[in-house]
Amino acid sequence: MTAAAAPGAILPGRGGLGGALSDAFWRNPKLLLFVMLTPPLLWLGIIYLGSLFALLIQSFFSIDEFSGLVVREFTLKTYGELLRPSNLDIIVRTVTMAGLVTIASAIIAFPIAYYAARYAKGRWKAIFYLGVMLPLWSSYLVKVYAWKLILAKEGILSWIFAKLHLTPLIDGWLALPVVGGNSLSVSPTGTFLVFVYVWLPFMILPVQAALERVPTNLLEASADLGASPRQTFSHVLLPLALPGVIAGSIFTFSLTLGDYIIPQIIGTSHLFIGMAVYAHQGTAGNIPLAAAFTVVPVVIMGIYLWLAKRAGAFNAL
Amino acid sequence: MPHAVTFQKVSRHFGSVRAVDAVDLEVEAGEFFAMLGPSGSGKTTCLRLIAGFEQPTSGHIEIFGETAEGVPPYRRNVNTVFQDYALFPHLNVADNVAYGQMIRGVGKAERLRDAEAALEMVKLPGYGARKPGELSGGQRQRVALARALVNKPKVLLLDEPLGALDLKLREQMQEELKTLQKALGITFVFVTHDQGEALSMADRIAVFNHGKIMQTGTPEEIYRRPKTRFVADFVGSSNVLSPAFTRRLGGPAEWASLRPEDIRIGAEGGHEARVTGSSFLGNATRLTLDMAGEKLTVLLPAGSAVPAPGASVRFSWEPSALHLMGTET
Ligand SMILES: Nc1ncnc2c1ncn2[C@@H]1O[C@H](COP(=O)(O)OP(=O)(O)OP(=O)(O)O)[C@@H](O)[C@H]1O
Ligand SMILES: [Mg+2]
Repeated sequence: MTAAAAPGAILPGRGGLGGALSDAFWRNPKLLLFVMLTPPLLWLGIIYLGSLFALLIQSFFSIDEFSGLVVREFTLKTYGELLRPSNLDIIVRTVTMAGLVTIASAIIAFPIAYYAARYAKGRWKAIFYLGVMLPLWSSYLVKVYAWKLILAKEGILSWIFAKLHLTPLIDGWLALPVVGGNSLSVSPTGTFLVFVYVWLPFMILPVQAALERVPTNLLEASADLGASPRQTFSHVLLPLALPGVIAGSIFTFSLTLGDYIIPQIIGTSHLFIGMAVYAHQGTAGNIPLAAAFTVVPVVIMGIYLWLAKRAGAFNAL
Repeated sequence: MPHAVTFQKVSRHFGSVRAVDAVDLEVEAGEFFAMLGPSGSGKTTCLRLIAGFEQPTSGHIEIFGETAEGVPPYRRNVNTVFQDYALFPHLNVADNVAYGQMIRGVGKAERLRDAEAALEMVKLPGYGARKPGELSGGQRQRVALARALVNKPKVLLLDEPLGALDLKLREQMQEELKTLQKALGITFVFVTHDQGEALSMADRIAVFNHGKIMQTGTPEEIYRRPKTRFVADFVGSSNVLSPAFTRRLGGPAEWASLRPEDIRIGAEGGHEARVTGSSFLGNATRLTLDMAGEKLTVLLPAGSAVPAPGASVRFSWEPSALHLMGTET
């Protein structure tokens, strides 16, 4: 062993700016955290929260009915307008749709996510991710217009149903009040189907991630203690996967609450919140009412998260 | 009375791995049965076959006289203490222990009372409100034990249930388990790779290697009369003598086992060997001897004079201590 090759117990500094910085960050980890977090926090704080705050303020202004100008005085008049039957209708319709889309997504997503988390290995796992993500890579508008063709009166869906001699099933469904319409592409049912299709990946991925973290031996322990597969599902699997389901539902619920394109292309002429916001800030020029409409999903999501937390949905985290 | 567990030519293969290979096994009702073997020898797989998490590739399994193949785990009145505990992280300790009874529809007050009693049994009274994540490894192991015991199963399967405990608690729990097993009359199938634990606790032991049972018998039989070199070597780390060596020591040309504690070191008589090393074990000192290329281990009781490495010593043994194992293997 030569003296030059044998390192001492303490190695010399690496030298240079990089070396000095590494040492400084190691001695003071908070410094690194500060450097890393400042830019995103500035962005989040000023651009995002700032505009949200500006929005909130706008919603407490009102519009002068004669001049059409915004009156910059604090008032609850705009919120009062929100409670008018026609506007309340929009809110109820949107929230109901968002709720149904979320429930349907969760029900469809769970078995797919379960398969991917528990059984898919290697190539099948890759195929799963590709299958779930692929629709996200193509333009949202393309998919929505594609669905318009699928659901149209002479579309592929009614063609298939006709071939199967099931046309009365579609007609019967379309004849129903509320969910029905002239054809699937101009009915709330169509809107619902497309929403579920478009947002499904946002439910599958977090549920799959949550299920992946449930160790197999917990399911075995449950069976060992006498639980049937159904009991294991409701006492072990579901509680442990719930944070994932909640995360997914936050996506599907808020995305549906805010969307204004799908119901415009596929659905009835009845407005959704997003469409109302679009109309009020654009053509109607009623920024305060548009702002008040925007606050609704924020408040609803807040209440939803609070309820989920109270119900213990995040206990397993 | 039928046997608690019967294996007839049971195999469980994973691809080319023969985790359990044509095993015949009979566990008697009410006995404390230990499965002993090195890591990867198929002990856990055997337990999983009894619990129902694995189905045999071939062969037949009976539990208390009833066919077990094709019966799901939740229909077997058998409970497991898992090697890695498998406590439910979202439930507190009391609810974990009460899980089996909750599933069977026992009322909340009653099952929580039973859970507390079971926790007391494993020396964890008042821990019910904690989450498993807030316990040490040894405490989790004891909760897992309470969770299985509280159901009073027909057969209790324990997969190295004392592995994470310190020596003192381990010895205490060994006593407790043994007492509990006798008091409850439950059949225990206990997996361990600690031969001391198996010898001290079990009524009978099966020694596993490479998915096969090498020998089944009482601790005395396994220790005193090992049938194969593997058993002799694994149980109590015996000196395994080759036929040639046995001959040189004055025996027949057969494989033989000579326990380290049965060898005496003296000034005269016996055979001569050189001391190559010694290590202090607390209650004894282990010497390694070299006799013309053959190695021997000797256990000297505490208090006896320890010869220095390099010294020449003479060693001998009682004729009955040399256990012959035939010419095979
Ligand atoms: N699911 C499985 N897939 C493939 N091989 C497996 C599987 N389970 C066990 N094996 C293999 O079977 C053999 C026996 O495993 P087993 O878990 O029964 O050993 P063990 O005796 O319990 O060991 P340890 O003392 O380390 O717990 C090992 O070689 C293991 O790799
Ligand atoms: Mg094991």
